[in-house]
Amino acid sequence: MKTGFYPGCSMKGSAREYSESLLAVARELGRELPEVPDWNCCGATAAHNLDRDLALALPARILAAAERQGMAEVLVPCAACYSRLSVTRHELLEDEELRRRISALVAADYRGSARVLNIIEWLEAVPDLEARVRAPFARKVACYYGCLLVRPAGIVKFDRPEDPQSLDRLMRRLGAEPIDWAFKTECCGAGFSVSRTDLVAELSGRILEDAVSRGAEAVIVACPMCHLNLDMRRPNIEKRAGRKFRIPVIYVTQAVGLAMGLKTKALGLQRHKVSPSALLAPASVQPAAGATSASGDSPAGAGSPAGERRP
Amino acid sequence: MSSDKHAHPARKDLAARVLDRTGVDVARCYQCGKCSAGCPLASEMDFPPSQVMHLLQLAGMGPEYADMALRSHTVWLCLTCEICFCRCPMELDIPAVMDALRHESLRQKKVNPRARSILAFHRAFLDSVRYTGRLFEMGQVVDYKLRSGHFLQDLLQAPWMFLVGKLHLLPERVRDRRALKRIFAGTRQAGEERP
Repeated sequence: MKTGFYPGCSMKGSAREYSESLLAVARELGRELPEVPDWNCCGATAAHNLDRDLALALPARILAAAERQGMAEVLVPCAACYSRLSVTRHELLEDEELRRRISALVAADYRGSARVLNIIEWLEAVPDLEARVRAPFARKVACYYGCLLVRPAGIVKFDRPEDPQSLDRLMRRLGAEPIDWAFKTECCGAGFSVSRTDLVAELSGRILEDAVSRGAEAVIVACPMCHLNLDMRRPNIEKRAGRKFRIPVIYVTQAVGLAMGLKTKALGLQRHKVSPSALLAPASVQPAAGATSASGDSPAGAGSPAGERRP
Repeated sequence: MSSDKHAHPARKDLAARVLDRTGVDVARCYQCGKCSAGCPLASEMDFPPSQVMHLLQLAGMGPEYADMALRSHTVWLCLTCEICFCRCPMELDIPAVMDALRHESLRQKKVNPRARSILAFHRAFLDSVRYTGRLFEMGQVVDYKLRSGHFLQDLLQAPWMFLVGKLHLLPERVRDRRALKRIFAGTRQAGEERP
């Protein structure tokens, strides 16, 4: 079965380490990920906020191109692009008249044959992942799904919309210990990063605050916008919160790559605002955490929580 | 299209137009307030989501209610995080309603002035996609600064991004430019005019 890859714009620019780490992991797994030919931007928040047809036509052109290449599924690692492509496929398959109208706009007879796949679905389908773990990712982690990976539930039909578990399960397979916390799917402020940085700083600050107070050593993300807000906007977050947060934020593919023993440079770990170097030091959690996860309110192991209060 | 308003056959009210465009019947909202309780930005909004639903329910009573919804800061602050839809006991797709209200607000030129920078960002984003087919982050930021007047914002972010290889100085382009031209010409191009 042919699986295509839709990187989207962020993964070519501000989130290039997401793409680098994914491709490094794919290479290690011997999986090919050909890009959807001549892909365009999905339109993101801007398109659906301003024009419905545009918001459907841009993703439809991408999906039609994947179909033409005989791709049975398209991996869309950016959660925001994943949402736009999933919504478009859903709406066009539900409404024949709309499908015809948008097909005409993109000069293709879009059929909806290519399934839209998110990064966790792609990773959890790796059957022998545990066998490939050479350096267990033995850390307490806060699995942050964000909004669009799991919602709207009726369209993405993936995991639980408020308390998802798939990323937690995946991280356990790598030897990590996911914490229980309250902000798994709370919004980080998303596309307001530039236009309303103040709101992003507030919302993202609450997320980090909860992760840190429950002893997480890293936040694991699967979305370039979540990463941008939690990592690159860290100075804005700290200024607003009046405290420092040292907790690194890494992409799920970087965590997988680290567990597989891939080089940090190949995973683009040098491109973060908040250095993930603490994750490269000896681990704090016993590996092979497996079944029972310790309750999230126990203090961080080794007495070195990743964030601390400013005096 | 059949008119379902017996009293005023001439023009459908905003709630009816929202129903046409989204399939969401706002009359079904019984004001439980779960959407407003879960909305991450409710405290920033002039009307939390449940009150916007109420304004739409009142739209048939007089034009001022529809106007309040269309001129609200709320519609532009909505992040489409989908938590309201997720928790609505009547399964009303409130984010789809917000999209429809934004479009109508643009058409009627009733965009809340406080949403200026949000709208400037969206338009700069679509400008970039229109010209190259992909988002060119550097170009978009310059475009945004021109549209919003926030010239000094994030000035120190750019050199850092360039240093770690996250900022490209030249855009990536879609080869089939005519396909994009057709898409943008065939849609309403809400992003075109300057704010």
